[in-house]
Amino acid sequence: MMIKFLIEKEFKQLFRNSFLPRMILMFPIMMMVLMPWAANMEIRNLNLCVIDNDHSMLSQRLVNRIEASTYFKLTSNKGTYAEGMNEIEAGRADLLLELPPHLERHVTRGEPAQVLIAANSVNGTKGGLGSSYLASIVRGNTDSMVSVRNLYNLHQDYKLFMVPGLMGILLTLLCGFLPALNVVSEKEVGTIDQINVTPVNKFVFILAKLIPYWVVGFVVLSICFVLAWAIYGFVPVGSLIVIYAGAVIYVLAMSGLGLVISNHSATMQQAMFVMWFCLVVFILMSGLFTPVRCMPQWAQYITMANPLKYFIEVIRMVFVKGSSWSDISLQLASLGVFALALNTWAVVSYRKSA
Amino acid sequence: MIQFYSFVKKEFRHIFRDRRTILIMLGMPIVQIILFGFAISTELNNERVAVLDPSHDVLTHRITNEINASEYFSVVGNVSNADEVDAGFKKGNIDMALVFSPKYASKIPNGESHVQLIMDGSDPNMATTAAHYATSIIGDASKEQPTHVQNGIIPNIQLLYNPQMKSAYNFVPGVMGMILLLICAMMTSISIVREKETGTMEILLVSPMRPINIILAKMVPYMVLSFTNLLTILVLARFVLHVPIAGNLILLLLISLLFIVVALSLGLFISTITQTQVAAMLVSAMMLMMPTMFFSGMVFPVENMPEPLQWLSCAMPARWYIQAVRKVMIEGVGVRYVLTEIGVLLGMAVLLLGVSLKLFKNRLA
Repeated sequence: MMIKFLIEKEFKQLFRNSFLPRMILMFPIMMMVLMPWAANMEIRNLNLCVIDNDHSMLSQRLVNRIEASTYFKLTSNKGTYAEGMNEIEAGRADLLLELPPHLERHVTRGEPAQVLIAANSVNGTKGGLGSSYLASIVRGNTDSMVSVRNLYNLHQDYKLFMVPGLMGILLTLLCGFLPALNVVSEKEVGTIDQINVTPVNKFVFILAKLIPYWVVGFVVLSICFVLAWAIYGFVPVGSLIVIYAGAVIYVLAMSGLGLVISNHSATMQQAMFVMWFCLVVFILMSGLFTPVRCMPQWAQYITMANPLKYFIEVIRMVFVKGSSWSDISLQLASLGVFALALNTWAVVSYRKSA
Repeated sequence: MIQFYSFVKKEFRHIFRDRRTILIMLGMPIVQIILFGFAISTELNNERVAVLDPSHDVLTHRITNEINASEYFSVVGNVSNADEVDAGFKKGNIDMALVFSPKYASKIPNGESHVQLIMDGSDPNMATTAAHYATSIIGDASKEQPTHVQNGIIPNIQLLYNPQMKSAYNFVPGVMGMILLLICAMMTSISIVREKETGTMEILLVSPMRPINIILAKMVPYMVLSFTNLLTILVLARFVLHVPIAGNLILLLLISLLFIVVALSLGLFISTITQTQVAAMLVSAMMLMMPTMFFSGMVFPVENMPEPLQWLSCAMPARWYIQAVRKVMIEGVGVRYVLTEIGVLLGMAVLLLGVSLKLFKNRLA
């Protein structure tokens, strides 16, 4: 019965705070409304600078063909290679195409003619793909016996890929990190000593800390599903029950981790730095932004210890591809192991005596 | 001046007294730059391919072998129908399927044979890249002579600055921006708010020191720490990640120093608008970290964003820093190409510092 009052206390503390409830509400909305638009790695609308030294029908035709493609935007015409390079260095062009003099004459005589494509490849994917698209347009081999079919994400919409991933981040922040900060702050303020001298059992105390954030987490997750449908028209292909089940296990694991960190930190500063570090590592090594399979092998081994990686896989596979229980059983089992191990550690390392 | 000096000394003591924090502040950037420098990558490697080959002839075997031989793909198995492909995608065992039409080699003369690449399109970027590479490998493998001469024009491709298309060249400047910004802003804001929360700030404020000096004394040690971090990051980037420093090192250091000042002022600003450490942490971690990751061009190119978000990204200090570092460090261009970035960062530093000093004084009255 004790737990009812403790939970009531936690909720009161949460809503009394002027900053937290507002942030808990605004943050998911910002994440769902703004972030998916920014998260886009498509190679499209590359700025092209053409140096046409030929000025012939052929060169004109080439340029028209390039302009007709969706990948390139002709932004400037320059007279010399040096001027073109200047455009690239100033960041006004991503690629330059230099057509040599007498190009048309060579081609009509059937002699091979060389054209130069230079691409700013600081972003390797952009430079590599862009230059090779441009090369295939210049070569004129658009006919191919290879056809490509994309499953699941028919419109090649990056937002569909990011939206479920962002939900994973939200759960991580709300259910893993806020309760931990809460525990450490009681430590630093000293109120935890008052709880320690009461007959409150340590399980009950911890549970009372976690339950409000779980509730908040699930409310936020549900809001996100509604927002995803209302703003982008995305509905999960797979079953919502599978996603929620995955979320329950994941939230357990993250809450456990948060408690472990808070148990081992003396001051809030330490707890926050460690948590922040974990958070950044989890996010950047989860496959959310860049795929795990692009990492070097040793880094892929490290990601195996990252609960967020499994959850992002779960939510993306179910949301976008419609995977079922059996498809994601491995991920769910891994999350279960994390939840069990971290919570055991949390309970063992929590001391009621100061 | 002696007063100021003793305040700086006090701050250094605060930092060095707490072993764990100093370890985190100096060690964290090292771990992060190494981890992320290697791990944040969009280079295609070992895409898992399933093959659906009803014809099993010389040509399909040659194409399959060519695909398998490339560093980008590895063939993980054969499937016999399209349902198995779908099941493989749903389990996440394969990333791509290579489907040949029946009697592939014998129907080539009629032009009836074709190859279909079925991609797991959930990640559009990877699907497009992989499909593109696979298409060109298949094209090469199925021609008798692997030349592309069709209309006589031979494109010579020159990949500037990053001929091996290494992802690190693109992402290391981004990671630098993120680490410096977050460490500086978070450290300063938390350390100032901490004094507020524990009440020691009152004691400092009644001392004969002027508030501006208290603040500056707080910033000096973090400036030193951040600069140490910057040097370690640069050394690691150059010698461990093998990212070249193509441009002027002095220019790079000066821009970084300017960025550190911006980040510290941002921390100062956060500390004046928050009252508790939790709030300061949440503001710097959530309101700063997430937008920086998304809108600064660190991972996602700014030019891909819709117009309003591009304006928003202009408000991110990291965006300008990352842009400048990419230009100076990777492209190696001179100072006249980064004047805009320097100007914007300078403006941000002045603005943030001015506003937070004003707010800080108000609080005193």
